[in-house]
Amino acid sequence: MSEITPENVRHLASLARILVTDEEVEKLAKELDVIVESVAMVKGAVSDDTPATSHPIPMSNVYREDVVKPSLSQEQALSNAPDQADGKFKVNAILDEE
Amino acid sequence: MSELYKKPASELAQMLRSGEVTSVELTELFLDRAEKLNPQTNSFLRINRETALEQAKHADELIMAGNAPSALTGVPIAVKDNLTTTDAITTAGSKILENYLPQYDSTVVSKLRAAAMPILGKTNLDEFAMGSSTEFSAYGPSKNPWDLERIPGGSGGGSSSAVSGFLAPIAIGSDTGGSIRFPAAVTGSVGAKPTYGAVSRYGLIALASSLDQVGPVTNDVMDAALLQDVIAGHDPMDSTSLVDSLGQMADFASKTDIKGLRVGVIKQLASDGFQPSVKARFDESIQMLTDAGAEIVEVDCPSFEYAVSAYYLILPAEASSNLARFDAVRFGERVLPEGNPTIERVMASSREAGFGPEVKRRIILGTYALSSGYYDAYYGSAQKVRTLIQQDFEKAFASADVLISPTAPTTAFKFGEKLDDPLAMYLNDVATIPANLAGIPGISVPNGLAENDLPSGLQILAAAKNDGVMYSAAAGIEKLHNDKWGKRMIDFAPELEAK
Repeated sequence: MSEITPENVRHLASLARILVTDEEVEKLAKELDVIVESVAMVKGAVSDDTPATSHPIPMSNVYREDVVKPSLSQEQALSNAPDQADGKFKVNAILDEE
Repeated sequence: MSELYKKPASELAQMLRSGEVTSVELTELFLDRAEKLNPQTNSFLRINRETALEQAKHADELIMAGNAPSALTGVPIAVKDNLTTTDAITTAGSKILENYLPQYDSTVVSKLRAAAMPILGKTNLDEFAMGSSTEFSAYGPSKNPWDLERIPGGSGGGSSSAVSGFLAPIAIGSDTGGSIRFPAAVTGSVGAKPTYGAVSRYGLIALASSLDQVGPVTNDVMDAALLQDVIAGHDPMDSTSLVDSLGQMADFASKTDIKGLRVGVIKQLASDGFQPSVKARFDESIQMLTDAGAEIVEVDCPSFEYAVSAYYLILPAEASSNLARFDAVRFGERVLPEGNPTIERVMASSREAGFGPEVKRRIILGTYALSSGYYDAYYGSAQKVRTLIQQDFEKAFASADVLISPTAPTTAFKFGEKLDDPLAMYLNDVATIPANLAGIPGISVPNGLAENDLPSGLQILAAAKNDGVMYSAAAGIEKLHNDKWGKRMIDFAPELEAK
């Protein structure tokens, strides 16, 4: 039974904002299915009362002083922008016209 | 070992201080070698002759004035191209960053500059450090100096091939699941992953933030220790950076006596799945340690069986989130689809064109592992496995000072061999991944020639923040090997010739 279908891949790719061709979808579905089937073994390794670890070295909140420090100029911040206008990052329309 | 370019950085540093050689001379020597040999090895994505020589001149002035700021002042170095540099394009091996000139230096690079170490150039890597062979670099693979038909390991194959081919005396790498240690093993060099947080990640282009760690790539243990001393330390710009100092690694690396050292052999990493000759070299090293007075104990780490699986859920999950920043808005290549597209379609087209196959695979896998309905079963379980692995290590380090295993299951394989089989590629890191999941330090040192007369590696692990113990043990084992063979393993490597 496949866990990852081409429909899944299409949906996941759209969530991840990656355009995929039909050919890629088929290939990725097959590859990811094999990978997921293999990594799914973690489910059987743990129980409800095993604590989860998100960070290898335990640390509590790390704070810094709230002071003004030098930072990038507007020009520096924009230096890698694919497009800009009036000192801002310029992007295409966010909403469809319809 | 008469040639200057084959000398360890520690010796070059001494020659610089005594005035036998200048930093400009040394830097020129390595720049010449890099320019001459890089067409064959593809170790470097960029060689920075002009800036490196300026930095070398500055280093010479400091040395002349008796003001050398570090033990390695004047020694040139290569830097993996996922660390930002304000004076050189930083691509992380990806097409999406083809023209990206960072606005800030990574902390590690700032420390190299403060130490007056000339930066020769930026080294190749699998795209965003995702891979074990450099075959996933958008700029072509790097070659293994022992055999140019074979992989130099990955993701840090640029740094490993530069150092093992003597295009650079030392280099910087990054290790998320073995990207420093695996390349070291297959190129007969040394690579260390410090304790998580020992070295700042500020300016390291993030792959998986809870696993990534920057570290040294060198030809001997003392050089790795000296380099860790230069790049380690607390950094307020990285909130996961350790506040405590771990001591001077070079002091630890000068202690080579291993009598009484309790060495744990990890049961799960000493049996099946390794090439017979890799396993044979490993067993010989155990005997060598016993003869030298070390106490060998077997340790049981039952949860290691799940390490690779947990890693390939946690890493893609974190990567899918980290790589969301490549949206073609603030930086990176923007691709405009036809018509009057929305920003969302621009992002999808830019990421389609800018990312390679492995990066897409992992982003989509990570998106799956984090998606609602699957999160608890996959990402949640993987995080729990992480706890079990930490507990295994805790128990193991109760009876051993260091743990050892072969670094990698095989010697260097040929290009293309594992390219179409993601799972086979992932298994290269079976022995290195547990250290990243637990945040502990690990180092790979040469362990004799195995399959096809190619180098194999020995991995030495120590408990978190015990990097010093790791360096002492590694230096001791290295000395046993060098005494046995009469020279370093890297000195068995064939001489590279320009074509």
